[in-house]
Amino acid sequence: MRRLDALVQVAVPALLVVITALLGTLVSHANETYFINALVNVTIVVALYMFIGNSGVISFGHISFVALGAWMAGVLTVPQQAKPAIMPGLAHPLEVTTVGNVPSLAIAAAVGGVYALVVGLPLMRLSGLTAGIATFGVLEITHNVLRYWEKIGPGLNAFSSVPETTEMLQATVGALIAVAIAFSYQRTRFGRLVRATRDDSAAARAVGASVYRQRLIAFVISGAVAGFAGGLYVHLLPIGSEDVYLDLTFITLAMLVVGGTGSLFGAVVGALAVSGVDSFLAVAENGVHVPGGTLDVPVGTRYVAVGALMALVLVLRPSGLTGGREVSLPDWIRVPLMRSDKVRS
Amino acid sequence: MLAALSINWQTITDGVALGAIYALMAVGIGLVFGVLRLVNFAYGQLIMAGAFALALASQWNWPVWAGILLCFAVVLVLSLLMERLVFRPLRTQPPAVMLVATFAVAFLLQNIALLWFGALGKIAVSLASLNRPVTISGVDVRKITIVAVAVTVVCLLALVLLLERTSIGLHMRASSMDFSTARLLGVRANRVIAVAVLISGFLAATAAVLLTVQTPLVTSDFALSDTILVLAGVVLGGLNNLVPATLGGFAIGFASGLLGGALPSNQSQYIPTFLFVAVIVVLLLRPSGLFTRSGQAVERL
Repeated sequence: MRRLDALVQVAVPALLVVITALLGTLVSHANETYFINALVNVTIVVALYMFIGNSGVISFGHISFVALGAWMAGVLTVPQQAKPAIMPGLAHPLEVTTVGNVPSLAIAAAVGGVYALVVGLPLMRLSGLTAGIATFGVLEITHNVLRYWEKIGPGLNAFSSVPETTEMLQATVGALIAVAIAFSYQRTRFGRLVRATRDDSAAARAVGASVYRQRLIAFVISGAVAGFAGGLYVHLLPIGSEDVYLDLTFITLAMLVVGGTGSLFGAVVGALAVSGVDSFLAVAENGVHVPGGTLDVPVGTRYVAVGALMALVLVLRPSGLTGGREVSLPDWIRVPLMRSDKVRS
Repeated sequence: MLAALSINWQTITDGVALGAIYALMAVGIGLVFGVLRLVNFAYGQLIMAGAFALALASQWNWPVWAGILLCFAVVLVLSLLMERLVFRPLRTQPPAVMLVATFAVAFLLQNIALLWFGALGKIAVSLASLNRPVTISGVDVRKITIVAVAVTVVCLLALVLLLERTSIGLHMRASSMDFSTARLLGVRANRVIAVAVLISGFLAATAAVLLTVQTPLVTSDFALSDTILVLAGVVLGGLNNLVPATLGGFAIGFASGLLGGALPSNQSQYIPTFLFVAVIVVLLLRPSGLFTRSGQAVERL
């Protein structure tokens, strides 16, 4: 029975990802991008959830890991002959190294994890408001450095000439990997310990859990997944330093909060729901046919709508759409199953 | 690395002017934090709204005083709305949730402005004459520097008088020390919070007037980077106490104004990195802030 519960908890979010992908193959090529983007968003939000949801500490800094992952994966996959033209100031080792798609994603994940470790070692001692401000500082520093330091990337320019390999299949597999890692992590000893520190840090310490160490583990794993998501992102669009800064931080946090910070299911639902609203409005900004006429909203409506949605959810239902709970089987299936379990034993 | 630093009276006065404006903003953020335990990310958007009001007034050729009046009206109404619609329902939530909520409000307001006024922004020119310099013993000082410092000093003195000499000031000091005990003793929570939010809005409007003189082009991200720096400065100084918070705001404004003028641009572009590294180091070494006395319980406000 407990095994079945666990299966449902991971299968439903995974199924949502797969359904999104299948829906995406049905639409026109122009609209397919929105679905791929939604899946990359799922990956980022799941990474956010692994730290924020499990540890209960707010982080405004995770987009730094996405950014650095994107930078490394991007720099290493730009074709050799194109590098001098778009990144003239590149450091020598990065200039002469070019890797394929899959290795670049692995490197992105590794870089994200290592950066999270470096940042987390001092910062995981903080919590609450100070953690929020300090991680925000990390975001500012990362953005500032990536924007101007041309030895490690294109600086003020966008990442052109990166092979656009994040197709529907890769985005789906990426999102599924993130869901699988998040689910496995939260069922390990470490996942349970960090949740214990979230729910009652004094009691968790009393039974021997180190709040600092558990938070650090959560931070590093989620940083690695965030870096991986950055790799997917840079292979989707020619992004620049402004694309992995405040707007992305805001919108991914909004997704997590709208879905419900406390559960993996919430992270996936929130990412897909907000991506859906956002994509619909993005299309509507160019005029869209709806039953009863053409809907044409002014440019910028999407962010206003997402902002309003997030504020509304925070005020009216702070635990999010899913209430921060994982999926469970409905009682009319569960109860008979439990009875038959007892009969057998 | 700092070899090319060229500090002279000019860069120092620029630093002082920016520091004065940042100190005002720091007080605005610190006051609301005192009573609500809420760091208001959306403070910069209040200033942005005020700046747009000034820009519109100058576009409609209103006299300067009317523009300033409009600016104050817009910012104060917006502050009260923010308090009523967002802060009040979330008052019982943990600080991190409120931080995320004000982040949402900031984003919302910024994009409403983008929707409303477009990406190109508007220009507020009515007070541009304050940019002209006066020469004091060989140093060119822009009039706005003098105005900014004078306005800041007057505002801070008035605030000290209000906090020390009036009963609502006493209520505010009491609530920021211990909100629930203050309520038990008959302090009306909603009134104290509303007054704190109003004063904070008043300071935001003042900052909007001063900032538009220096940067007449008003876009939807007006004052955004300033607010981020001030937040850092407030934390640097010490959020639990109004005087250190103000000093922190002044210090970060002074530092960024001074370094911005004194460093060549290939180094000054990294100023945010230096400042935020400093903020993180301070948070780790002295979590209660740089300008607070350690080892004793400090009175908030």
